[in-house]
Amino acid sequence: MSSYLYYPGCSMEGSGRSYRESLEGVLEPLGMTLEEINDWNCCGATEYVSLSTTPAYAMIARNLAIAAGEKKNGESLVAACSACYLNLAKADHYMGQQPALNARVNDALGAGGLHYDPGTVKVRHLLEVILNDVGLDAVKAAVKKPLTGLKVAPYLGCMVPRPDVDGAFTNHEQPNDLDRLLTALGAEVVDYPLKTECCGGHMTQVAPKVGLELIRRLVAEAEKDGAVMMVTVCPMCQINIDAYQGEMNRMFHTHHKMPIVFFTQLMGVAFGLEPKSVGVGREYTNASKTLARALKAAPQLALAAAGAAPAPRSRPDKRALPMPRMADSEVEE
Amino acid sequence: MVVAQVSPPEVADAGARLLAEVNSKTAGVSRLEMCIQCGSCGGSCPSASAMDHTPRGLFALIRAGARDEVLRSNTPWMCLSCYHCVVRCPQEIEITDVMYAIKTIAEKEHTYPNNVGPDFTGVFIGQARQFGRSWEIGLTARHYLRHFILRLPGITPMAFGLFRHGRIGIMPHRIQGTKQLHAILARADELERAR
Repeated sequence: MSSYLYYPGCSMEGSGRSYRESLEGVLEPLGMTLEEINDWNCCGATEYVSLSTTPAYAMIARNLAIAAGEKKNGESLVAACSACYLNLAKADHYMGQQPALNARVNDALGAGGLHYDPGTVKVRHLLEVILNDVGLDAVKAAVKKPLTGLKVAPYLGCMVPRPDVDGAFTNHEQPNDLDRLLTALGAEVVDYPLKTECCGGHMTQVAPKVGLELIRRLVAEAEKDGAVMMVTVCPMCQINIDAYQGEMNRMFHTHHKMPIVFFTQLMGVAFGLEPKSVGVGREYTNASKTLARALKAAPQLALAAAGAAPAPRSRPDKRALPMPRMADSEVEE
Repeated sequence: MVVAQVSPPEVADAGARLLAEVNSKTAGVSRLEMCIQCGSCGGSCPSASAMDHTPRGLFALIRAGARDEVLRSNTPWMCLSCYHCVVRCPQEIEITDVMYAIKTIAEKEHTYPNNVGPDFTGVFIGQARQFGRSWEIGLTARHYLRHFILRLPGITPMAFGLFRHGRIGIMPHRIQGTKQLHAILARADELERAR
């Protein structure tokens, strides 16, 4: 059992509830324990840091100071929400980089009887912990119901792979981290080039035209790539794409219906947990039916894949442009 | 005859002053003075089409000392915090944090192009400071009533849907250590004002 300190973040208690429920469900099969830090506060999301420095970073650092006090054997602090993860990691990074900021933040923390030395707590994202500490072999070993045939678009969003202050991800724009995990669950991961494009963040609230257009691109591309479901690691991405898809459809006169779930929910289902117990069904754009259909077809598909003769080589598509041919005379020479 | 065009000293001075001001409000090290005006930022930006100046253009305005133009621009308010420009910038400029710094100054001086963004952010911050947690329903309900009353008919069924699915709590959650948090924030505000 590897144990970690855990910072849930506000979304996990509200709109991202299914993320929390599914995370709680997969901990045991993964052999992980998470110790929630005591009386944590909001990280300020992208809002506070965008209009202030000392107070915003002091508010984030209060959590780091609490985590540092609860650390016993060098545990990392794990966050599942992208904005929380980035804020915690950035505060630690900038306090180390800027002595003046560090001094001001610690002066403020002192007023509450706290202190934080940058570098004391290592902040990590849940996905990276599962990939690097638990490992894909352990994930595969825990799979009881492979998600064979379930075509998913892996959607990471922005703040996990970027700016990546600790260099924890394989690539800033086209990382394959989530792809590998979902493949280990047996799912069919479609090639989704927009996997780290932005969902619009708070633009659905402040500039809907900008936000809804970004959501339209993401959903339309996932559909075009053949995915029946998007899979995310971020509560903000989830609620934007899930809850605002209706308003987006009205604005652009489209009829998309693309469910989006958390990667932990698919892990839970693949580990044999009841979909409902891992929060499936809490989406506004319902994923239950899509998932149920895929799960029903999965055993046959898995059998067919295991027993079938290798698929015949695909013939070139007749509609494709012909390959250039060399004139016979050139070949002879 | 070719005459070399050199910015008059007062422009260069104003530029240096504005650059220093923006840098002083940036959380980390901005590296903004390293900008080579290549435009990778604007080319990478998913919301550039909604901006009055691309990030590159805005940085040129900073160097030219065009303080008013910079602080009235909608560019930083359209920034999505997606960090595409940051990882692509060949000069490793912390562009997102520079946008935050410009917003910080513009918010203080009330020079933002419209109050929808500042208001949303302000209410979020106020609630997070007061309770120690964000309060999703309180924030969005107030925001839609004030700024997007016409979106309400379309949004209301969604809000009920989320409520039915147990994804919205009605009351705000308060942390136990609100007193400690408020003491920290009061001192932080003092330090911020003194800068």
